[in-house]
Amino acid sequence: MKMLGATVVPATSGSKTLKDATNEAIRDWINHPQNTHYIIGSVVGPHPYPDMVARLQSVISKEIKAQLKKHTGKLLPTHVIACVGGGSNAAGAFYHFIKEKKVSLVAVEAAGCGLQSGKSAATTQLGSTGVLHGSKSLLMQTADGQVVEPHSISAGLDYPGIGPLHANLFKTGRASFDSSTDDEAVKAAMNLCKKEGIIPALESAHALAQLNKMKFKKTDRVVVNLSGRGDKDLATYMKFL
Amino acid sequence: MMNVLDAVFAEKKKNVLNIYCTAGFPLMESTTEVMLALQDAGADIIELGIPYSDPVADGPIIQQSNMQALQNGITLTKIFEQLTQIKNRLHIPVVLMGYINPVLQYGMENFCKDAAACGVSGIILPDLPMYEFEKYYASIFKKYKLNCIFLISPSTSKERMKKADALSGGFLYAVSSSTTTGTQNSSENKINYFKKLAAAKFKNPLLIGFGIQDKTGFEEACQYASGAIIGSAFIQHISTAKNVQKAVKEFVHTIRPIEQ
Repeated sequence: MKMLGATVVPATSGSKTLKDATNEAIRDWINHPQNTHYIIGSVVGPHPYPDMVARLQSVISKEIKAQLKKHTGKLLPTHVIACVGGGSNAAGAFYHFIKEKKVSLVAVEAAGCGLQSGKSAATTQLGSTGVLHGSKSLLMQTADGQVVEPHSISAGLDYPGIGPLHANLFKTGRASFDSSTDDEAVKAAMNLCKKEGIIPALESAHALAQLNKMKFKKTDRVVVNLSGRGDKDLATYMKFL
Repeated sequence: MMNVLDAVFAEKKKNVLNIYCTAGFPLMESTTEVMLALQDAGADIIELGIPYSDPVADGPIIQQSNMQALQNGITLTKIFEQLTQIKNRLHIPVVLMGYINPVLQYGMENFCKDAAACGVSGIILPDLPMYEFEKYYASIFKKYKLNCIFLISPSTSKERMKKADALSGGFLYAVSSSTTTGTQNSSENKINYFKKLAAAKFKNPLLIGFGIQDKTGFEEACQYASGAIIGSAFIQHISTAKNVQKAVKEFVHTIRPIEQ
């Protein structure tokens, strides 16, 4: 981000994770409303941000359609698999397929050290209805409504909620939700690197790991959204070598 | 019977002092001690903060007090217990300020019922949108005779200010500048904004809060409104005090000397 010319300010409040960085961005906006335009990368936050981000990210499913037609001649995939933290890349990858009921949408959350380990970020499995950052959605929280600190090896999935769009896809059953652990994600990343020479982002590696858990037919057209590069995760990957 | 909050403004048109304190801070059991000391020292209204893990409208001082109080083990249930303990001794109005999520988990109806039962007069929920209040909760507030108090700021449109005033009861909360709590605001546009507020014909008395730190700030705000709210400066003052009661009184007396 610095190489691209951005000033990076670390969040030093609360649990110092993505949720706290989001708090700090909102606070900065509150403090400088005259000269600041708030933007957010994920499909969370107050309306209209989740909707705006989903529409902007929808270029992903548009691209999937175009590439699929070019490579297979078919218009629709049978499966679209994407990782979900707040859920921006998944929202974009699902967007133009939501109304196409034949397309199976698979959202993969971060199980962290395991769903029952107390160190997880799988919101649909561990959360309940709540309000955070200005939207009502599913949220990992205590019985008293205090937001729980999540855990995932990937910073981008280390968020205690999911966007309201995904909460709806979950509740209506339009998308199926599963999760990959830290270890499964790292293993999938290493595998992709060996087979294809591509280092995926740790986030995207959660979606890749899902492939091992599903059964496919030879005729299936499966799309895994490789939403990010692993440059930023090299320090983490090196620990596993 | 007149709501105690309305009674304060009926009796006293000017210089109403509302002090914000965080429940369960600095110690779990401090809530009652701090509130009674505030009453003794001459505060007119107490705004009691319900601690939350993600208080986005608050600056570092109140954030820290929220975290400390949560570590102390404070919960809404505990706050209502504490308020019940002092119900017969506390005669000045109490307004609860918090964020919507803990309230939703407690249940809005239960929350209003229990708040009213322990003598609370009003509720401030900065992240509760006005239309949601109107649509889902206004009838519950009415049932338990609780005022909902909305916030306006320099960036609030005239229309929205009117709406906030119409939906609020007890008083209207004017944020002194576009900031989180505890931020010292530049006085440039502030006075113009205060003048605009003073000229607006709100149905509710106006209290100005956020960034009011001392006697000078309090008196300045009081020239344009019925009174002011002090939070961060007070929390800062009592956070490291050995004798909390004494620190509370000391602070209030710096704002409002005893002879007054």
